[in-house]
Amino acid sequence: MELRKISDNVWEIPKQGDMRVPAVIYSSARLLDDIRRDMTLTQARNVACLPGIERMSYVMPDAHQGYGFPIGGVAAFDLDSGIISPGGVGYDINCGVRLLKTDYTETDVAGKRKELLAEIFKEVPAGVGKGGVTKLSRSILKEILVKGAEWAVENGYGRKEDLERTEEYGRMKDAAVDAISDRAMERGLPQLGTLGSGNHFLEIQKVHEVYDEVAARVFGIRAAGQVLVMIHCGSRGFGHQVATDYIEVMENAFGVKGLPDRELVHAPFKSPQGQQYYRSMCAAVNYAFANRQMIAHWVRDVFARVLGSSKGMDQVYDVCHNVAKVETHEAGGRSRRLVVHRKGATRSFGPGRPEIPECYRSVGQPVIIPGSMGTASFILAGTKEAEDLSFSSTAHGAGRVMSRHEAVRRFRGERIRDDLARKGIELKATNWKGVAEEAAEAYKDVDEVVRVSHEVGLGRLVAKVVPIGVMKG
Amino acid sequence: MDKYRILPHTADGKFQAYGATLEEAFGNAALAMSSFMWDWSKVEPRVRHFVHVRGIDREQLLVKFLGETIYLFETKQFLLAKVDGLRIRPEFEGYSLEALLGGDTLSDRYELFGDVKAVTYNELKIEECGGFTVQVVVDM
Repeated sequence: MELRKISDNVWEIPKQGDMRVPAVIYSSARLLDDIRRDMTLTQARNVACLPGIERMSYVMPDAHQGYGFPIGGVAAFDLDSGIISPGGVGYDINCGVRLLKTDYTETDVAGKRKELLAEIFKEVPAGVGKGGVTKLSRSILKEILVKGAEWAVENGYGRKEDLERTEEYGRMKDAAVDAISDRAMERGLPQLGTLGSGNHFLEIQKVHEVYDEVAARVFGIRAAGQVLVMIHCGSRGFGHQVATDYIEVMENAFGVKGLPDRELVHAPFKSPQGQQYYRSMCAAVNYAFANRQMIAHWVRDVFARVLGSSKGMDQVYDVCHNVAKVETHEAGGRSRRLVVHRKGATRSFGPGRPEIPECYRSVGQPVIIPGSMGTASFILAGTKEAEDLSFSSTAHGAGRVMSRHEAVRRFRGERIRDDLARKGIELKATNWKGVAEEAAEAYKDVDEVVRVSHEVGLGRLVAKVVPIGVMKG
Repeated sequence: MDKYRILPHTADGKFQAYGATLEEAFGNAALAMSSFMWDWSKVEPRVRHFVHVRGIDREQLLVKFLGETIYLFETKQFLLAKVDGLRIRPEFEGYSLEALLGGDTLSDRYELFGDVKAVTYNELKIEECGGFTVQVVVDM
C-alpha cells in the first residue's frame, strides 16, 4: 500500500480505489514499524471508503489492528448522507478513564500503601465473572441507562462536582432504553459497579514530572510526589451486548455484501437502525459513567477510612475512549454537525470549546492516557489545533504489540509482581494469568505515543504519573 | 485430530476449531472459546442448557451460537463442559442451530482465567476441505 511521508510524524495513504478521502496516520517512524505489521493501515483505508466520511480517516499514534475500524481510529460522518457503525465505536462502549487527585503526597501514604490497596481490592469488585454488590432491578437499571453518573450521584455515590468534570457531564442526553435487548439488560444487571478484567485496572499513582505548570495547576496537579487515583474500565457485558445486537440488526437490515470486513457493517445515521444503535450506545456510555462514578466513590471511602480524610479527592476528569458523538467541526469550509467515531481515541477539545467545563476552558480539557499495567501514564491538555488535525482527538493508551497467548507463554504473573515490588509498585490481582497477559512488554512504548501526540499538536503534555499501587481485575 | 488450536492475535483471542462435520466444528469452537476462560475438561456436566439460534448465514449462526455461551456464563454463571446433539438446519432464509450444552455452575472448585466479552466477525472463516475448519477471533 502506498504510504506517503508528509513530515516526521505524519503519513498519508493517498485516495485510491474506493476511498472517498485519504487516510492520515500520526506516528513516528518507530511506532509505524509496529503499525505496519498488522492490519491497521488496511483498516484505515477501509474506513475511508464508508459513505459520508468527511475530511480524512485518521489514525492515532497508538493504533493497532481492531475489528472493522483500527483501534486508534477516528472518523466523522455527515449526519444526512453519513453512517454510524458499531465497529467504529468498539465492543466496550465508553471504555474510559477517570482520574482523581488527592491532597496527599507519596510520603503521607508511604506506610499505608499496602493497606490502601488491600482495602480498595476488598471494596471494588473485580475479575472474571465477578458480580457487583449492588442488587439492581430492571427499572433502576433503565434509570441508570438514561441518567448515567447523575443517577449515581443522586444515590449517594460521589459528589455533584464530579459530574461537571466528566465528559458529557456524565450523561449522554440522547440515550434511550426502548431498543435495548433483554440480553443486554440481563448482562448489565449483575455487573454494575465492577471493574472487570482484561486490560482494566485501578491504580494509586504519584506525579512523576510536571511539564506544563499552568495547565497542571488548573487540573489540580501541584507537584511531583502528589498522589492520584486512576480508574480504567468500561460498560462491561452491557456494552458488548449492545454492540453485538446492533451488528446483527444492521447485517439483517442492510446485508453484508460488498463490505471489505463484516465488522464494518453500518447504517445510515438517520435510519431507524442507525438511530436505535446511537441511542442504545448512548445508554451504554451512561452505564460506564455510572460504573466509574460508583468505583470512584468506594475509592474515596477507603482513603477516608485509612488516611482519615478524602476531602481533597476532587475529580480531575473522566474521558471516553470508545464512543460516537455528534459534535460541531469544520468540514468542507463550514461549521457542521458530524457524528464523530472515536475508537480507542480520546477527545482532545482545546481552550474555548463550549462542551468543556468553564474551569478548564482556559487551557483545554484534561486528556488522560493510561500506560499499560504498572507503567507510566500521562495527562495531556486538549488543543485548538486538534480540531483541524483529527476532529479533536488523540491517542488513548499504549496499544498492544504482543498477543495475550504469547505474553502468557513468556511471562509469569508472580514474577511480574516481584519485579514491580522491587520498583516500589504494589500489585494485587484476581488471577496471575491475567497479570502475565498485561505485561508491559506486550505493549507499545506509551512515552513515544504521547511524544508524537505532543509534537503533532493532538494533545499537549502536562504531566507524567507513575503507579505506586496497582489493582488488576 | 485436535479439536481446536489457539492462534496468536495481537489484542484478543483467536482459534481454529475442526470437525468432520460442520456441527462438530461448531461444537469444538464453543470448547475452544471456553478454554480462554476455564478448563472445560475439568468441568463436571451437571447442568444442561438448551440453545436455539438462527442466522442469516453460517457465519452469523456461529457468532450467535458462541454468543450463547458468553450469555449463559455472565447471566447464569454456567461453565461449558460439552456440546451434545448439535444440529444445523437450512431454513427459508439462512440457518438454524439447536444444541444441548452440558456444564456446571461456577463455584470455588473452578478457576477462571480469562474473560471473553464478545464474538467478532474479524478474520472469521468457515472452510470445507475434507472436514470443516472454523476460525474465530473473540474480544477479551
